[in-house]
Amino acid sequence: MFEIFGIPSQALFGQLLIGLINGSFYALLSLGLAVIFGMLNIINFTHGAQYMMGAFAAYLLLQHTGIGYWPALIVAPILVGITGMIVERTMLQWLYKLDHLYGLLLTFGLALIIEGVARNYYGSAGLPYTVPESLQGGRNLGFMFLPNYRAWVVVASLTICLGTWFVIERTRLGANLRAATENPTLVRAFGINVPRMITLTYGFGVALAAFAGVMAAPIYNVSPQMGAELIIVVFAVVVIGGMGSILGAIITGFGLGVIEGLTKVFFPEASNTVIFVIMAIVLLVRPAGLFGRRA
Amino acid sequence: MERLVDPTIRAESAWRANSEKIAFAVMVAALIVAPFFAYPLFLMQALCFALFACAFNVLIGYVGLLSFGHALYFGWASYLAAHAAKVWGFTPELAILTGTFAAAALGLVAGSLAIRRQGIYFAMVTLALAQMMYFVALQAKFTGGEDGIQAVPRGKLFGLIDLTNVMTMYVVVVVIFLAGFVFIYRIIHSPFGEVLKAIRENEARAISLGYKTDRYKLLAFVLSATLAGVAGSTKAIVFQIASLTDVYWTMSGEVVLMTLVGGLGTIFGPVAGAFIIIAMQNYLNDLDQWVLVIQGVIFVACVLLFRRGIVGEIAHLLRIKL
Repeated sequence: MFEIFGIPSQALFGQLLIGLINGSFYALLSLGLAVIFGMLNIINFTHGAQYMMGAFAAYLLLQHTGIGYWPALIVAPILVGITGMIVERTMLQWLYKLDHLYGLLLTFGLALIIEGVARNYYGSAGLPYTVPESLQGGRNLGFMFLPNYRAWVVVASLTICLGTWFVIERTRLGANLRAATENPTLVRAFGINVPRMITLTYGFGVALAAFAGVMAAPIYNVSPQMGAELIIVVFAVVVIGGMGSILGAIITGFGLGVIEGLTKVFFPEASNTVIFVIMAIVLLVRPAGLFGRRA
Repeated sequence: MERLVDPTIRAESAWRANSEKIAFAVMVAALIVAPFFAYPLFLMQALCFALFACAFNVLIGYVGLLSFGHALYFGWASYLAAHAAKVWGFTPELAILTGTFAAAALGLVAGSLAIRRQGIYFAMVTLALAQMMYFVALQAKFTGGEDGIQAVPRGKLFGLIDLTNVMTMYVVVVVIFLAGFVFIYRIIHSPFGEVLKAIRENEARAISLGYKTDRYKLLAFVLSATLAGVAGSTKAIVFQIASLTDVYWTMSGEVVLMTLVGGLGTIFGPVAGAFIIIAMQNYLNDLDQWVLVIQGVIFVACVLLFRRGIVGEIAHLLRIKL
């Protein structure tokens, strides 16, 4: 046991780990927002509610069909992603020609509906979801105790984030996607079905949120309002990083999670507000965001 | 020449040209008779929110800026007004001024940060700043945290008129609301308001015409925040309480909903929207849990089916301005 700046190492590294975990969720969610925004030009306010749906899907799969954590990690994002695609086909697609603001208002309304329905059936109290057996326990690293599940969350989210970056920036599919973002009409002339691409992109972004939700279920309780406040923080993360760069979104997400964790150690009163304060500073110094291009 | 014009056409065009004035007269008349038919407390609540929605509408309707954090000015103004009336013993008009001044100052700071980004980012920045100040309100000592500031005295207006009487309070609220409403009407129809509309339609062109659009946007933002502050302070005095509900993001969403239902960019829309939403919340009290869902459904229906809002649709059908 040793101390750093008068803080026991156990506490410091513990908070750093929590910071990394929160950062994993910020990264996954802001990545999804960036992908959706790139293609649909819509800020998906429903993202927090879809994250919550992912957690609930995992919970319900376990309660009613006995499907455990590992299959749920695949099944829940697919199910929630499909609901996302239905939303895109039935509602969002009518808004592309209008002001961006209508997309925000519509998805905000959807978020209220989803949260309200969940609250009616499951109340505001959290429902527990146990850590899968294979990831229970942890190991002692000498300077801190590392629970296996938390290590898994950080590794898994980093893998998914980098995988998404690879697909979008380094593959043929990603090249088509980026081309369709720049000039949809031209890409259609090449025989690529852009509307279907948009639907799938939205489905994928939503599935990312649901995936984060399943991973969050054993850490935080499963509750109807778990996504509502998180999404506002993620908005601040997106403003800080700018939505132009995938890698930027990932770095900003993890970085801010760690900063938030450190604030909890050194200045706990400010831990709720630190990300917003950083956002204000970034707006003053680099209005376009750390990785953004000037619009 | 006069004789050539069909008098009925002239009467009709006069009616069209004065549609806003006629609607205003109808609204004033309705506010005078309303307390004999509905609970004055309900009316005062609706009027506070109507002024709040009108203030919000200055930004979204006439500058095209969606602020998703207007609860910040509404809620913080109500905290300051409540604190001034209860702890400092201010008279109600001074308490309301204190809250209003606080909202203006917050609007200046938040506005100068938010206008550095456009469009969708603007909405996210305002929402995030409001959430930050929600946490400040949650932790600050003087706001009373979860309890809020309770038992705020209504006091005596100018030290003379006792406001504990419901009807006296109602008259004061109506006067404040109408003053705010007329003020907003004047802003929108002034040369300054015309520049705001030019920015809404085409900011790049307004810049090329030599307007410093950032200054116009900031001034509009501060005016909007200030008027939201008047509404919030008045509400604190009327209901004798300031609480976390009024600074939370759901409140920011509610004012967007009121304005959207009534009609973005119409003068009377936010008023109609506020009355509809507040009435819904009061009369559907048994459906407590479903209010959130119903609000969400209204949002979706408005965006997909009638983007003009109720007053906007009526104005469109009758081809008049409202």
